[in-house]
Amino acid sequence: MKETVVIIGGGIAAIEAARQLLSLGYSPLIVERSNSLGGHVAQWHRLFPDMTPAQDLVRQMISSISQAEICLGTEVASLNRLKDGYSVVLSNGRNVVCRAVLIATGFDLFDARKKEEYGYGIYNQVMTNRDLEQWFNTGNDPRVRNPKSIGFVHCVGSRDLKAGNSQCSKVCCVTAIKQAIEMKERFPAAQIYCFYMDLRLFGKKYEDFYINAQKDFDIHFIRGRVSQVDETIDGGVVVKAEDTLSGKPLKVSLDLLVLMSGMVCNAGSASIAGMIRADVDTDGFLRSKDNVYNIVESNRPGIFFAGACTGTKTVPETISEARSAALSIHNYLKG
Amino acid sequence: MIDFGFKKAKSSTVNLDEVDMRLYYAVAEIEPDIKRCMECGSCTAACTSGPFNGMSLRQVIHGLQRGTDVRPMISGCMLCGKCSMVCPRGINTRHLLLTISRIYSK
Amino acid sequence: MIYQGKQKIWADYQKEIPDDHWYYVRSCIRQNFFPGSEKMFTKITRDDLGLDMHENAHHTTCGGIAYHCDTIPQETVMTIVARQFALMTEAGYENYCCSCITSFGNYIETLESWHEFPELEARIREHLWKSCKREFNKPKYIAHTSDVIYKHRNEIAEKAKFRLVDKNTGEPLRGVEHIGCHYNKMFPSKGVGGAEYPYVLCGMIESWGGQVIDYPERRHCCGYGFRQYHIKANRGYSFANTHKKFESMEPYHPDFILTNCPGCPYFLDRWQYVTAETEGKTYGRNGCGIPVFTYEELASLVLGYDPWDIGLQMHQVAVEPFLDRIGIEYDPGAKYLGVNKKDLGRPSLPEHMVCF
Repeated sequence: MKETVVIIGGGIAAIEAARQLLSLGYSPLIVERSNSLGGHVAQWHRLFPDMTPAQDLVRQMISSISQAEICLGTEVASLNRLKDGYSVVLSNGRNVVCRAVLIATGFDLFDARKKEEYGYGIYNQVMTNRDLEQWFNTGNDPRVRNPKSIGFVHCVGSRDLKAGNSQCSKVCCVTAIKQAIEMKERFPAAQIYCFYMDLRLFGKKYEDFYINAQKDFDIHFIRGRVSQVDETIDGGVVVKAEDTLSGKPLKVSLDLLVLMSGMVCNAGSASIAGMIRADVDTDGFLRSKDNVYNIVESNRPGIFFAGACTGTKTVPETISEARSAALSIHNYLKG
Repeated sequence: MIDFGFKKAKSSTVNLDEVDMRLYYAVAEIEPDIKRCMECGSCTAACTSGPFNGMSLRQVIHGLQRGTDVRPMISGCMLCGKCSMVCPRGINTRHLLLTISRIYSK
Repeated sequence: MIYQGKQKIWADYQKEIPDDHWYYVRSCIRQNFFPGSEKMFTKITRDDLGLDMHENAHHTTCGGIAYHCDTIPQETVMTIVARQFALMTEAGYENYCCSCITSFGNYIETLESWHEFPELEARIREHLWKSCKREFNKPKYIAHTSDVIYKHRNEIAEKAKFRLVDKNTGEPLRGVEHIGCHYNKMFPSKGVGGAEYPYVLCGMIESWGGQVIDYPERRHCCGYGFRQYHIKANRGYSFANTHKKFESMEPYHPDFILTNCPGCPYFLDRWQYVTAETEGKTYGRNGCGIPVFTYEELASLVLGYDPWDIGLQMHQVAVEPFLDRIGIEYDPGAKYLGVNKKDLGRPSLPEHMVCF
């Protein structure tokens, strides 16, 4: 009989960890709150830097775990420490006893309504990065109506102590550039502006993306954080920022404003951490045993982490971490 | 009309809706590398004349993007080419300045 | 504009406003600018709403103007504030309401500072004792007087003789609201509706039958800015700010402007005259300006008070076209008659703005 490992969460971290655990000879059990696998990535359209279709990736990943047991629409009702392992009670009434639990609860997209000055949910022509990805997928959003001018606001809810988040969400800079290019391809006549504080393009080929956006797609980068958005009489918006490179205030009217909502720790992660008294780090994400050497282990025996529950992560980072977590679980279980 | 002894202060706000970028695009047509500028300021830091007459290639490029008259600034360039040695985006800065100058003189 | 989105924010920023028993303090400048407003506040709250609104002739300035002109030490301002609280304590009140927005901000800032730095509060108590042998309790509650009118807006609507509706077309009149900066920009949670989408004045307009118009420069300061106006060399900044607001609201054709600050109605009103006389431009209908009201004036109008009894003749922008649209009757010949029909004289009329 194969040993069961409970994986809490059903995003790409959970799927990849399950795949690795299967190949290592375990029986992973995925407990996912929603009714589908793939998490945030499944809602995205294309992934930088090679414009990989997100749904192809998720589909391919899911097909690799057909042997795993998956409980969708299920939450963890309680998680209790036993002498040698954990008792996991699921919301469907099932009780699973296992020696190792992987927490892969991921992140929540920052609720852009909290930045009241940007008017998300109030002004008609303001949307988030996720809304735009969904429009790429479905082509269905009344806000996108042949825009002549589009703005992207970086760092919405990220690097924002007032919003309670000091962290950089890592992926928004390159996502904004990716989305700006995708919009320019669809609306070649549109003027597109990115409002940034710094451009944090650390990953493979990210900087190339930036140069392409400037040179081939004529995207304008304005160094200054948007401070205020208002609706204009024609139903568009007017945004204000400082053009910090000239030291002057700047305003521009836009037909569409896209807010790059950042990552915050999933609200469910803290409650699960609370059940086993795992720590929350000073940034609000779950605390790893060590932030340099041992990100996937917690300070509780048998509890492991993978993905954005411990901090903001890119897709490749999350996948690597999931593999690392599977290996750490294997090493832990074989003693 | 009455003179109240004060006048409405002029706003320094850059209104991108009204900015005329035709000159910028005319330059970019001939020298597309101008679009690659990321305003790091290496050119300005390396500039021989800038510290004495206010020349800043970064501000010239920024000014073109904001529709301001950059002629007074480029007249300070000595065309020594030092800026082209330091530009991390490989812009042919000397050629760029000559292009801007040529377009202005048309 | 998604109205439900605003409603959600308004629900997040509702503040508790006590029902009754207020200690009322006036503004330094409002009685000169719009002398009917404070008089009407006490009259409406006492006579129409039946509230206990206690006033004490010994209260002084809160020090706010000097504070914002940078001419007074902060501890002196706080000692003045402490004396005001002492007068309230001696009168046996706990709910403090002030007519001035800058005072409101000043009181809230003082209390928050004392909360964060109790040793500062102890020092101020000592200053007060040394200077005038008084002691004080901190108010249980501080409201701006617009909060009080906001709380009773529906009661006023029930008693109203007029609604903010065009009597000929039946259409609601379109109003823009302007909130004093120090009401909610410093401490958003202390203002009804928060700082980005304040509701205190919107609520009154909606309740009294009008329609609120949003426009891009809604949040912008009226331009008073204390030092900007008080020093003549700076006055161009003050004027430019007001001008910016009018340029922004112009395409929406507002019928009136509602304000809750001492300075804002004054500057929004008088700078329209300066715009007309320096640029020949007016923003209202038929060469008039856009009338600017305080919330007390608007409440008085809907309650049916005589426009000249509430001081509307002190406005630069003519209010008559607005009164005509609602159907509020007035005697044009009585406009410049004061108490006991005393002739106040007549102001000379501007060249480029239609006034009566």
